[in-house]
Amino acid sequence: MSLRNIGIVYRKELTEALRDRRTLISTILVPLFLFPVLSVGFGALAVSLVGKAKEEIPKVMLRGGEDSPAVVEGLKKLDKIEIVPATPGWKDQIINKEIRAAVEIPAGFQSDVAQEKSDTVKIYNYQGELKSEFASEKVEKYLKDYRDKVVKERLAAKNLPETVLKPFDVKQENVAPPEKVSGAAFGGIIGYMVILLCMSGAMYPAMDLTAGEKERGTMETILSSPISRMHLVLGKFFLVLTAALGTAALSVLSMGISFSVLAHYTAQSAGGRAAASGLLLKLGPKTVISVFLMALPVAVLFSATLMTIALFAKTYKEAQSYLTPMTFVVIIPAAAAMLPGVELTPKLSLIPILNVSLLCKELVAGTYHWNFITIIFLSTCVYAAAALFLAIKMFQRESVLFRS
Amino acid sequence: MIEARGLSKRFHDKKRGQIRAVDNVSFTCQPGKIYGLLGANGAGKTTTLRMLATILEPTDGTALVFGYDVVEQPEKVRANVGFLSTATALYPRLTSQEMVEYFGRLNGLDEPTLKKRVDDIFNRLDMNEFRDRRCDKLSTGMKQKTSIARTLVHDPPVMIFDEPTNGLDIMTARTITAFIRECRDNGKTVIFSTHIMSEVEKLCDTIGIIQSGKLLTEGSLLQLREKYAERDLEEIFVKVVAPLYAASETH
Repeated sequence: MSLRNIGIVYRKELTEALRDRRTLISTILVPLFLFPVLSVGFGALAVSLVGKAKEEIPKVMLRGGEDSPAVVEGLKKLDKIEIVPATPGWKDQIINKEIRAAVEIPAGFQSDVAQEKSDTVKIYNYQGELKSEFASEKVEKYLKDYRDKVVKERLAAKNLPETVLKPFDVKQENVAPPEKVSGAAFGGIIGYMVILLCMSGAMYPAMDLTAGEKERGTMETILSSPISRMHLVLGKFFLVLTAALGTAALSVLSMGISFSVLAHYTAQSAGGRAAASGLLLKLGPKTVISVFLMALPVAVLFSATLMTIALFAKTYKEAQSYLTPMTFVVIIPAAAAMLPGVELTPKLSLIPILNVSLLCKELVAGTYHWNFITIIFLSTCVYAAAALFLAIKMFQRESVLFRS
Repeated sequence: MIEARGLSKRFHDKKRGQIRAVDNVSFTCQPGKIYGLLGANGAGKTTTLRMLATILEPTDGTALVFGYDVVEQPEKVRANVGFLSTATALYPRLTSQEMVEYFGRLNGLDEPTLKKRVDDIFNRLDMNEFRDRRCDKLSTGMKQKTSIARTLVHDPPVMIFDEPTNGLDIMTARTITAFIRECRDNGKTVIFSTHIMSEVEKLCDTIGIIQSGKLLTEGSLLQLREKYAERDLEEIFVKVVAPLYAASETH
């Protein structure tokens, strides 16, 4: 094994990669700017849209209520909605967003309440339409407050304490520390993103260094040099691995910065919501290092596998058609870890990609099951070594290198 | 020196089954001489030369290149060979100098020796003007010079040229033929393949005619003229390959 020769090939491939616009875009620019654009940009837009929707004073149509002046007066006094009189075609008006909701007060509502008879007040809205739902919520809140007030008055009139209706409270309380809460909520996403970006970072260089080399006619040139094919494939492999890990590292960095900016922005615009976003940032150096250590054999697996497959292609385009379906092969197990209730078991810990994705969820939550960590790390190393061995073998097959 | 001993190469083709691309080919190339492998397209020239350059492994037989066995010591063979063909392209994103240096390092040259060799070659081939220009920005002539520099950087005693002038304009082709002559004059063993008769007539000390993977005849131009009672090399070539060519066409 000549490290010198591997180093020579690696340095040359790195020089070429850094001069290639497509590699720079896929390895550096996309991961650096994808997250800010997607999370901060999109998140900020969402926050701003929700804020605007909340600020709007919605038009709510009042149907009935002629014999219930107190309720109607109360609704009209609400400063966050505009009550409009009933007109025909009100359902269409809601659907067409001319009004946001309609409230229907049954006939004799006020006297029924006074006589302790039960009635139903209906609120009509456009489900899924944010502004309509906000309008409904405002009306519902007013009516619930009114109901509570009536209940209190009735209890007081009968000299009964409020505990008659509420003999005890039920309360949920979280005992898990914040990092575990954030791990359970967002850990799956971190693993998924790291795995997916390792894959996308490796994809372009894997094609460029194999099928691209065949297409450009440089494969025969390099094969005529005295370097052994094993050193050649290892030099190329390390470059693909660098791109895979580099993309994942830049993505995580960009993700961290994006989320902190987003949390800051949310804190300013929506107060309490910041706490939820802030939880994402509780990734200590130990977690980051652990996730990267687990990502390393996965990146080796991807780099070697993608190179092996791309080597079969004669052109870059052909390689693309082979590797694109691979994305789905990776996405499905990586995303499966995000499904609720999917947890690490001895069997699942042997399934490549899914095992690392599940483990990342645990690591982000600060849970270190050493038996699982050992099994997953070792099994992924075995898969990665097998893939690398296959890549070296493929580089020695004339039928693959000179496929016509 | 190159000594091919019963070199054979079989390929498997899905449609045509087993193909004998090169069939028991034996010949010898001497230092300071040019051996020309003359044949039509698909005759087995490229496969033969690729086996000599250890890019392909023979199915049967072997060859000694500068004393090293192509099957047993492929890396040593490659360290003593300069291989040039129109299929050996340059790395587009490297500069002309980086390209030559890369191959110098792969051939085990240390940095001071490499620098000296590169400076010598760039001066000799008049390449200093474009040494820092990327290969994808070079003209065809500049690319050919860079390729020549790449094959020469480790000063190999054996040169293998596979249809080196194929598709080149006259001026660039002349650069290549001049380079082949220079290699011979410097005492290197030179083998080159072509289907261009005039190149063979001008350059070769020994001519081998190959068809359907078989070496049908060999000798100097004078010997071939006497043997086939023809003056024109093209006529000699047709006489030699016609029977096998007709057979291969019917297949």
